[in-house]
Amino acid sequence: MNEVKASMAGSIWKIVVDEGDSVTAGQDVVVLESMKMEIPIAAEKDGVVKSIVKAEGDFVNEGDVLLVIE
Amino acid sequence: MIQKVLIANRGEIAARIIRTCMKMNIETVAIYSEADREAAYVSMATESYEVGPARAQESYLHMDRIFEVAKESGADAIHPGYGFLSENPHFAKRCEQEDIIFIGPSNALITLMGDKIAARQAMKQAGIPIIPGTETAIETIDEATQEAERIGYPVMVKASAGGGGVGMEVVHTEEELLKAIETNEQRAKSLFGDGSLFLEKQIEHARHIEIQIAADAFGNVIHLFDRECSIQRRNQKVIEEAPSSLPENVRLEMGEKSIRACKEMHYENIGTIEFLVDEENNYYFLEMNTRIQVEHPVTEEITGLDLVQMQIEIAQGNPLAVQQDAISINGHAIEVRLYAEDPETFFPSPGTISTCDVPTGEGVRLEMSVENNTVVTPFYDPMIGKIIVSNRTREKTIQQLARTLNETTIEGIKTNIPMLQKIVTQEAFMKGNITTDYVNKHM
Repeated sequence: MNEVKASMAGSIWKIVVDEGDSVTAGQDVVVLESMKMEIPIAAEKDGVVKSIVKAEGDFVNEGDVLLVIE
Repeated sequence: MIQKVLIANRGEIAARIIRTCMKMNIETVAIYSEADREAAYVSMATESYEVGPARAQESYLHMDRIFEVAKESGADAIHPGYGFLSENPHFAKRCEQEDIIFIGPSNALITLMGDKIAARQAMKQAGIPIIPGTETAIETIDEATQEAERIGYPVMVKASAGGGGVGMEVVHTEEELLKAIETNEQRAKSLFGDGSLFLEKQIEHARHIEIQIAADAFGNVIHLFDRECSIQRRNQKVIEEAPSSLPENVRLEMGEKSIRACKEMHYENIGTIEFLVDEENNYYFLEMNTRIQVEHPVTEEITGLDLVQMQIEIAQGNPLAVQQDAISINGHAIEVRLYAEDPETFFPSPGTISTCDVPTGEGVRLEMSVENNTVVTPFYDPMIGKIIVSNRTREKTIQQLARTLNETTIEGIKTNIPMLQKIVTQEAFMKGNITTDYVNKHM
């Protein structure tokens, strides 16, 4: 299991995958918005999206889990 | 006469506007979000009102709430600063409807200049060269590919409603073009509510030079010379200076043409016409900003004029207090923008500033929105302040700026200071060999 975490504080602009999607390492799965900039967050490992923890528009702090990949 | 100004903004520009109002004996109303309760500008104002949660949409962009505060406080004018609502024609129009003076041009002019395609046409008609490109929004893929062939690659794909570097992409091939149209159309639609795109020739190794204009209600228009703003990252300015190092005849011709265009459009208040200048000193209209700009202090430093004061005087119906032949350039000024960001990746770096120590002294002007223990939140622009240095010559100004940056300490968050220190000691910068691709080329 692998957790995808926010690399910095900001709000979730887009979640580009659905639960059940297969993802590969390096693929952007979430786009954060911080200080008016879009920050893509990539999956670190290959796998299937098990659960999406946060929703678009949510505010997150650095280190918060965004989604879980299995 | 304006008695009380509401400042619909935050940070260093709010503080900057309040200072001029104090000088003019005008009362001020600050607005702030939950995240800005402790901000320095809030306590500088005569009155202050919390307008909502941290997110800009619910505070600094919340028009209903801002007008509620304007009524409650009895403000007779609103200064929008830059960003936020400053170039929103609905906001300017609403001011008119609510019988509050909007310190800026009419909503019709904001609308015209906000529509990049209409602005290009207006400038072309007024005799300003424009970058070769599509005259209207592209409607079909076929049209886009044909137009791109006609213009010649590399081509810039631009959102008609965009700005600040958002919704822009350079493409070199048809394949890249098709991809860029797809992504930018969606992005422009979701960000600006308007997905229309146009194409423009990408001017390579260009400089970004702009002319500062001031125009009153009586048709008097002057220019306050030029600014060089080529040092950019992520299509946003980092270092600006005045005057630029273009040949004097070119700079003055750009100033005169800008005056003529503003007269023709019946422009009123201050504004900036931005140009791209190629290696042969051909200049082309880029866009017009219908508001005060972040980099206005460099113009103030070399001319001795207060641009915020000019804005207020024009808005209350005074004729311009100075004429063109009374304005001259005195020395040189350079501004550096301090960003809360990683100096290498340019990714934002929100957090708490533990130490903020910027030296002051003769020729050093600080416009800061942070101090010791300020929390830099992720909700707004990463700019945390500006250092403006002026001296007799460009060379002396650069030397003084380098010393000032070396003595500056900002700790607790990452800032772009290491990048600024590097640039101001590079030979290319010192020689004035600066183009909009400088950061890519030299960093």
